Amino acid sequence: MTVPSPNPALGLHSKRWNGLRHILEREGPFCKDDFTASADNLDFLQTKSKVLIIGAGGLGCELLKDLALMGFGNLHVIDMDTIELSNLNRQFLFRRTDIGASKAECAARFINGRVPTCRVTPHFKKIQDFDESFYQQFHLIVCGLDSIVARRWINGMLLSMLRYEDDGTIDASSIVPMIDGGTEGFKGNARVILPGFTACIECTLDLFPPQVNYPLCTIANTPRLPEHCVEYVKLIQWDKESPFGVPLDGDDPQHIGWIYERALERANEFNISGITYRLVQGVIKHIIPAVASTNAVIAAACALEVFKMATSCYDSMSNYLNFNDLDGIYTYTYEAEKSEGCLACSNKPQLLPIGDANTTTLEDVIKLLCESPRFQLKSPALTTVMKDGKQRTLYMSTVKSIEEATRKNLTQSLGELGLQDGQQLTVTDPTSPTAMTLQLKYHANEVEMS
Amino acid sequence: MVALERVLENAQSQYCPSDNKFTCILSAKMSSPAPKSPELSDKSKKYDRQIRLWGEHGQTLLEAATVCLVNVTAVGCETAKGLVLPGIGGFTVADGSTVKEEDLGNNFFLDASYIGKSKALACKQLLQELNPDVNGDYVDESVDYLLENRPNFFDSFDLVIASNLNEKTLLLLSNRLWESNVPLLYCRSLGMMGTIRLQIREHCIVEAHPDNPQFDLRLAQPFHALQEHLNSTEVTSKVPWLLVLYKYLRIWQKEQPDGHKTPNNYKEKNQLREVIRKEMKADEENHEEAIKAVNTAFGAGTVPSALKAIFEDEACELLTKKSNIFWIMAKALKSFLIHDNNGNLPLPGVLPDMTANTDSYIALQNIYRQQALQDADQVYHKCQDYLKQLSLPPDTIDERSVRLFCREAAGLTVMRGTRIAEEYERNSRLLPLMEENEVQDNLTAYNFALRAYERFLSECGHIPGECTAEQDIGRLKTIAGKMLGDLGTHATISDDVLHEISRYGGAELHAVSAFIGGCAAQEVIKIVTKQYKPIDNTFIYNAVSTESVTLKL
Repeated sequence: MTVPSPNPALGLHSKRWNGLRHILEREGPFCKDDFTASADNLDFLQTKSKVLIIGAGGLGCELLKDLALMGFGNLHVIDMDTIELSNLNRQFLFRRTDIGASKAECAARFINGRVPTCRVTPHFKKIQDFDESFYQQFHLIVCGLDSIVARRWINGMLLSMLRYEDDGTIDASSIVPMIDGGTEGFKGNARVILPGFTACIECTLDLFPPQVNYPLCTIANTPRLPEHCVEYVKLIQWDKESPFGVPLDGDDPQHIGWIYERALERANEFNISGITYRLVQGVIKHIIPAVASTNAVIAAACALEVFKMATSCYDSMSNYLNFNDLDGIYTYTYEAEKSEGCLACSNKPQLLPIGDANTTTLEDVIKLLCESPRFQLKSPALTTVMKDGKQRTLYMSTVKSIEEATRKNLTQSLGELGLQDGQQLTVTDPTSPTAMTLQLKYHANEVEMS
Repeated sequence: MVALERVLENAQSQYCPSDNKFTCILSAKMSSPAPKSPELSDKSKKYDRQIRLWGEHGQTLLEAATVCLVNVTAVGCETAKGLVLPGIGGFTVADGSTVKEEDLGNNFFLDASYIGKSKALACKQLLQELNPDVNGDYVDESVDYLLENRPNFFDSFDLVIASNLNEKTLLLLSNRLWESNVPLLYCRSLGMMGTIRLQIREHCIVEAHPDNPQFDLRLAQPFHALQEHLNSTEVTSKVPWLLVLYKYLRIWQKEQPDGHKTPNNYKEKNQLREVIRKEMKADEENHEEAIKAVNTAFGAGTVPSALKAIFEDEACELLTKKSNIFWIMAKALKSFLIHDNNGNLPLPGVLPDMTANTDSYIALQNIYRQQALQDADQVYHKCQDYLKQLSLPPDTIDERSVRLFCREAAGLTVMRGTRIAEEYERNSRLLPLMEENEVQDNLTAYNFALRAYERFLSECGHIPGECTAEQDIGRLKTIAGKMLGDLGTHATISDDVLHEISRYGGAELHAVSAFIGGCAAQEVIKIVTKQYKPIDNTFIYNAVSTESVTLKL
């Protein structure tokens, strides 16, 4: 795979590389201190480097093109999704005839055809289908994801791959840097993460906007917005009337049509205006607006950081770029700080503050883990080692039989469950590939006050 | 060019997640029931994710626009890509050169099969393949040839995008486009540096889409219908917070010796919060919301300075038959403010969501919407009077356009641009950029260095740093010194900056071009859709430090 191409038009001396070679083979006043101008830099990009791109959507398509034309010769791309019509306004490697096909495979085929100096290997899979041994083979990982859970999972994976020396320092060879991009409408961000060294995804969880949830009583009794009417049909009428005998599918136009009609009826009943087909679809599918331009900008910023890190030609950005072009063009780069209390990267058990163990139920704890900005878990499973040394599952929702067996624990207090101050809970959640350890800290409120 | 008013016919069906309630006003008068499940058209589905931002009416304007791409570079093609994908009406590529091997390294819209063939043709074909809705065209002539032999060539475009010009050609092209009133977006991408310069004579924006829009509620001076509603409605735990806030505002006002209308500082706002808190019972959500709203509920409705400038503009004072309808509506708005509305803006009629029972919220919402319609109606009739005076047909301006104009009154913006050629003459905007014989900051210095690079191309006929990084630094420095001297300053550009520029040897890096191209494409979309504010007027990006700045040159 690392054998240089026999075709001179594709070799390192091809004139196609003239521009990149000026950057990589000349010293300059702003280059990184340890940069060595040499022909080896391009050779490394073309024949030795291996970069993984996660996501072949709006950012992923751009990243593949950008990295291929920045000299990278060996790229892998993972995406579990297939191509839809509404992707075509920005995911420029796909055409109408590709609808229904794998994004990863289609994108790889296009780049391999257009840029003969780059070989893209597609993986039509979920990131969770791969383990450590897969992720370890890459020099760098770039993420162009629209899911926060997936970002947190890969962040957890890269952190779990870190090896620590006896003195607690990190073995540098175990670090796989992560460059992460995200966009929403005319806003976006790009960041550089050195797992274990700089702020990770979990350190800055509070940067993600909270999801909008309308209170159920508003939806049911006092609707005021068209969105309230749509939510009512989705949450209550759909199950009650079961119009097609199947669960709601946001991609089925018949389903959306039915919801549109019912929502319109409800809105008319309450004199609420503003129900449109597009609004209904947006609410049902949680659609985030997206344009080609923002994806191009953020992917380019990520690709530049991959290039800087892979070649050492310039210092990496430190470490978080915000972009928006609603009013002019605005960028702001700052150093997001590593959190000492980070569940994922602090490498020590984190305290879980509990007020009164006799009134706090297990359900309260799970609610805290899901709702507090610090944790934001999805469906945590809790196990612990009891005083007698026995492993005990406190609650797990993902396996039906265990859920049934542990459901009764939910309403019990921590005291009733026999959990002691200082006891460690092992928590697993879809947001992380590895378990995390939380240490119960009772009377937390009193401690704070003293 | 499609007229704004025609396009706005679609506005009522648009949905913007951030301000869907805005659009409701436009449809408030529609009484006929919507058709059964009006599934979106194929095109509407394809462009769904962007129509949620700029609406069907923005999309219609985009699909009616045609642009010219001068010179096939990576930054030019990336800009064009960002326009072809969202469905611009058409593009024409102008480039007189042929594809060479060295062009393939950084440009995704050229490939080896085109080597030796027209670059304009190659890039036109590969760009058009992205989207069959878009008309692509090409001219395999250089910009110099076109300016010399077909000077009217550029006049029919809505905008021209250019890159990689030498100084002489840049000045010729920009002057020509200024004369023919065609906006120019000039992009530079060299090494790790990029810039975008927008040259446009006048640009009027109705929908600026502010990031944090302020709700205009008129609590200080309630309009008649609102006053009646406030007086006749009992404040309970089920009514919107606006009624709660008004009740306690009146109580608070009675305690004020100096006749304060609304609390306008931290202390006064806290006093009002306390008044509410003292009276509220536990679990009164609307009272809690009223306390939170103290900070933002007052203050809108007055004329912002940008709008004042619009009212004082000569184009607003002196309407002619050729006046943009923006100016006719602006003059009508001004007259409404002065003669009919005590200097207040027309009511936008937009209410934030407030916890309340349905009937009391909808009743309040209708009061705001009705007043907004009434205000807009008055402005509309004034527009019709002006149209009559100008002997223009009444359908030149329709009600929907006026409603939108009135709703957006607080954010109306007119941008007046400058000629690129002025940057090469002594002018007052340049001096603040210089400090103590140094160009003020690094990003500004790069902008001047890139201009020196273009003068070098004109004067020396080759690319600085083409063979070795060092050979041309001296010459580049001389040129930069003379250029700054001609502008009336003794400031210099640091040797390091010039060394860096020379080290690039003309290299255009794809990722820098993709960054600049992405930004540039959105600026074009802003201009043709007349939504969102474009840069005014020079954006400079440094990919080494990941910094950017916008200067008005």
